[in-house]
Amino acid sequence: MTSTTTDIRSFGAGGFRSWLERYPFLPALVIIVALLALNGIFSPNSLSFRSLTGLFSTYLALVMLAIAQTYVVSAGDIDLSAGATLSLVNVAIVVLMERWGGGAGAVLLALALGVLIGLACGLVNGLVVAALRLQAIVATFATSIFFTGLALYVMPVAGTPAPALFWRTYGGRLLGVPFVFYALTALAVLLFLLSRTRIVTELLAVGDDQQAAYQTGLPVVAVRIKGYLLCGLFSALAAFCLTGDTASGDPLVGGKMTLYSVAAVVLGGSALAGGWTTVVGSILGALTIGLVNSLVFFMGTPSEWQNFVQGLAILLVLMAGVLAGRRAHA
Amino acid sequence: MTAITTFFKQPLVVALILIVVLLVLGESLSPGFASADQILRLLIVASLLGIVAAGQNVVILGGREGIDLSVGGVVSLSAIIAGNVMNGADGGILPAVLACLAAGAFFGLLNGLGVTLLRIPPLVMTLGMLGVLQGLLVVIRQGIPSGRAAPGLSAFVTQPLLLGIPGIIWLWIAIGLFMALMLNRTVFGHRIYAIGSNEHAAYMAGVPVRLMRIGLFMISGMFAAIAGLCLLGYSGSSFANVGEQYMLSSIIAVVFGGTSLAGGKGGYTGTMAGALLLVILQGILTTVNIDESGRQMVFGATLLFLMLFYGRGRAMRA
Repeated sequence: MTSTTTDIRSFGAGGFRSWLERYPFLPALVIIVALLALNGIFSPNSLSFRSLTGLFSTYLALVMLAIAQTYVVSAGDIDLSAGATLSLVNVAIVVLMERWGGGAGAVLLALALGVLIGLACGLVNGLVVAALRLQAIVATFATSIFFTGLALYVMPVAGTPAPALFWRTYGGRLLGVPFVFYALTALAVLLFLLSRTRIVTELLAVGDDQQAAYQTGLPVVAVRIKGYLLCGLFSALAAFCLTGDTASGDPLVGGKMTLYSVAAVVLGGSALAGGWTTVVGSILGALTIGLVNSLVFFMGTPSEWQNFVQGLAILLVLMAGVLAGRRAHA
Repeated sequence: MTAITTFFKQPLVVALILIVVLLVLGESLSPGFASADQILRLLIVASLLGIVAAGQNVVILGGREGIDLSVGGVVSLSAIIAGNVMNGADGGILPAVLACLAAGAFFGLLNGLGVTLLRIPPLVMTLGMLGVLQGLLVVIRQGIPSGRAAPGLSAFVTQPLLLGIPGIIWLWIAIGLFMALMLNRTVFGHRIYAIGSNEHAAYMAGVPVRLMRIGLFMISGMFAAIAGLCLLGYSGSSFANVGEQYMLSSIIAVVFGGTSLAGGKGGYTGTMAGALLLVILQGILTTVNIDESGRQMVFGATLLFLMLFYGRGRAMRA
């Protein structure tokens, strides 16, 4: 029955709307193509394979963090501690890799532990928000302070370098192909597998109408906790990418990235109220932020104006994203 | 018995009890913490936060996920503007106040227009605005020096004015009275609660919802601007991102004051207590001798613990 009404509605509103309804990230895609074109005009070199690889390796961390944020936003929650989780995992793996000698075994073991730390942070958030029923914005802000404290305990000042093996692999090539592309492929497979599970649908159901989800028998608290666990997992993966890119530990590195991850989710056409999100959109949203930043640079903006122009451009694309997204599900 | 339990469940009562507990704890950890001088200093710091939180409070009360993440940016910007306009001269205080209020109202207006006309969610709109403000701060800092506070302003914030109490604390008390009167006794105040609890019903009853919401964001911008000006008086000169700390702490002060983030419920008296509570907690953590990491961990954990006393969501029921 529902599908019939949807069909009639989309028929009446024309093809554009039904497309938007199915692919809410289309506006972000259009913006990205436009940004790529502009980048190409201002600096033809920026579209070379080499530059694009660089763009990916720099912004893969933000992409991961945006994906992390997507899962909690799906359920109508938010995680202001994602950046702090990233910082904590970043300093923890750098310290552990160094302590264990920096060999291949040490790196793998540290990464495994990093995943566990990310999951633990997610679990803490899930427990305080879903089980203790604290308001997500303020509760995850409080946990972010706690996680930052932990990160400072692990590494009081920034600067400890990551072992060469780790960042050389991340920034290097394997069989002639840059390593980032293997990471992207692995990410695509992971996201595909996740999309085959029930968890994403359950998160969206909870985000759409918590009461209805509860009444249809969904364990709402458990589902929301799972959302935060996924968020912690991807925040840890984000930390791996960031460590590969910066090749060092910094206990405060993720602080500024939290709000960007929220912006990326919105840019991707997702609704912050929950129930309407796409991971693809968030990925495109994160890349949009990256492309805006590189465009501002390539346009030859004076350095003191760069932050302002970036801020203004991001505000404008945020508005565009929200306006287009609303057209889709109004 | 029920009367007693209801009394102790009121956010204001909870906050006041916690304040007393923290003061006693602070005094026992480091004697002299709760001396009159120290309490005055804590009150000065709390009034800065409290003034920002007044604006945050009305935006949150107005509902529809109302929140203002740009207050920190406005505080920093206002401190720079004030420093440059007065530049160490008492004669420049009045022009500085006007310039700061104008700037705060302007950015509040932009927020309000984005939220109402374009219907951008407040979190997104004010987050974007924060990015713009931070960029603007970088531009301004490249071009001009940060400026100095006028001696009159510094004295107003740090020196006793009346009955041994500094002017800024009197200002905060006045703002508290003003807010209480506005929220409880004026049509405007009642309309804030109306749009916060049911926007549609308020609209049907003839409340100019959009104008109201724009007004709330402008009020928030202007309170943040006043706080920025006073902050300049407190520190003497402004420095980079001096206001950043106020973004989330103003929201926490509002929550600790018992105002629901869903809007339509709460008031400013509780927020004042909430701001004081937050500042005392930070004060204790700076006096005890632990390093930065431990301080942050204790601060975060205590915030979580204190939140358990306030407005937890309802358990799901079929």
